[in-house]
Amino acid sequence: MTQPLLKVDNLSKSFGGLAVISEVSFEVPAGGRLALIGPNGAGKTTMFNLLTGVYRQDVGTVTLDGEVIDAYPSRARIGLGMARSFQNIRLMPHLSVVENVMLGQQSRAKGWRDFISPVTAFGRSAAYREAEDLLAAMNIETRPGDVVATLPYGIRKKIEVVRALAAKPKLLLLDEPAAGLNAVETASLRDFLLQIADTGVTLLVVEHDMSLVRSLCTSTVVLNFGRKIYDGPVSKVHEDPQVLEAYLGPRHAGEKEPAHV
Amino acid sequence: MSGYWIGLITILSINVIFAYGIFLAVATGQLNLGGAGFQALGAYAAAYLAMEMDQPLVVTIAAGMIVAGVIGFAISFPILRLKGVYLVLGTFAFAEVVAGLILNSDALGGATGLPVPTFIDWDVPAIAAIVVALLVFWLMSTRFGLVVRSVHDDEVVADLMGVNVRMVRVCAFALGAALAGLSGALYAHAFSFVEIQVFNASLSIYVLLYVLLGGAQTAWGPLFGAAFFTLLPEALRDTLPALKEAVFGTLGIEGASNPPDESWRFVILGVATVLMMIFRPEGLITRTLVERLRPLNRAPRRAPAEAAE
Repeated sequence: MTQPLLKVDNLSKSFGGLAVISEVSFEVPAGGRLALIGPNGAGKTTMFNLLTGVYRQDVGTVTLDGEVIDAYPSRARIGLGMARSFQNIRLMPHLSVVENVMLGQQSRAKGWRDFISPVTAFGRSAAYREAEDLLAAMNIETRPGDVVATLPYGIRKKIEVVRALAAKPKLLLLDEPAAGLNAVETASLRDFLLQIADTGVTLLVVEHDMSLVRSLCTSTVVLNFGRKIYDGPVSKVHEDPQVLEAYLGPRHAGEKEPAHV
Repeated sequence: MSGYWIGLITILSINVIFAYGIFLAVATGQLNLGGAGFQALGAYAAAYLAMEMDQPLVVTIAAGMIVAGVIGFAISFPILRLKGVYLVLGTFAFAEVVAGLILNSDALGGATGLPVPTFIDWDVPAIAAIVVALLVFWLMSTRFGLVVRSVHDDEVVADLMGVNVRMVRVCAFALGAALAGLSGALYAHAFSFVEIQVFNASLSIYVLLYVLLGGAQTAWGPLFGAAFFTLLPEALRDTLPALKEAVFGTLGIEGASNPPDESWRFVILGVATVLMMIFRPEGLITRTLVERLRPLNRAPRRAPAEAAE
């Protein structure tokens, strides 16, 4: 078997005396679609913050595409091929849609010339056209010049994913992409994400909506209180006694299949 | 042109350059309340070189820019560790330190000031203001400008997108300091005299107000802010006496009142500032307003099917 794209090995992180992530290991194969799930406070977003370098782990190593990335500062990691979205939309509110996507290209800009040649004036620059084309290819229904603060929630969610894609990542980390979306928007988002996966991008998704997880992802890792309690195919996760216990409490485990897992 | 208009164009040009200097720092999300300090550095560098060393205009003005820019670059490393109100106080303290040092320096004339031999007419500041405005518009349209605006909006995300947040802030702050220095050098030559009392705290506050009230999101903001607040007191020069007559008439106060003094202009300015903060807290010129006025954007939305082609 080829090496995994992302390898998380024995990762631990504490804030003060509180262990938020404890000895978690898992792998994401290249081209895979893995869901990271678990009850609120299980440490899913902390895991993303450790992977992207917002926090530094106390113990453990993260390997991306065969390279240990622990020494890289947060701003350098996107250049290694790992881009992310955020739980609460964090687009730049005063930038236009295209400018937000152009910010996603930042990790590929090299040297002074790239910094001091106009990208948003004097006609369409190469960067501007590339961002426009990416938005069009992803069927974002908006005028590229629109300022982000004025756009509806569902569209902003998608634009945030497109901004991450503009970095041409190998691995895309999505933090609750469907949070706050209705059923129609969620279905549209799933097709959108499958379209991205088809281009060869590996997905690691934190998500609470289990129907989206089932239709989008092939395997899943379940965290509870910072520990990994399940690692396997999505189709078997609802049969696992530890997962049922985590979601429903010990009394219900094994009695019946939970409605929302 | 009459002396009045020459003076007005000169001071307007200097204020526009000064405002752009502060704008560059504010555009990255850092309020710089040390404007007067950087302007004083530029003014005194130019004055000293012209007076004591007989240097030509090109050298003195360039030196004013470089001195302020280099000092701005050097202090940006410690000072940009501060955030929010502490950064404001830090920059403010810097300006006070500069003023204190110059006031106590015999070489720079101390409290009596320095005369500046080389006089420039209104045309040099005006051309400089146009060049600086074009430069800032151009800068804001580059990837550097894009990154500056991103750092202003969300520095954590900007960092994760690969932006060197610290480098961007230092560059913007130092470049802004250099522009403030340029405005000071032009001031020194246009008014033929520098004294440190001119570069006081209220000057720092005014120039920051130009930027904040004009709008710090686009390069239009400081241009409008500086123009508006430089020209407003002039426009009020004629209307104020009439206004005072009317107010006094309504109150039933008879007899010839004294012509209104300077303080009346500050009252009007203060009221305008409060109104702006209530009705346009993001400044007169916002990004949304600029986009609305751009003809390109009035085109209909591209349909998804068409866009996918």
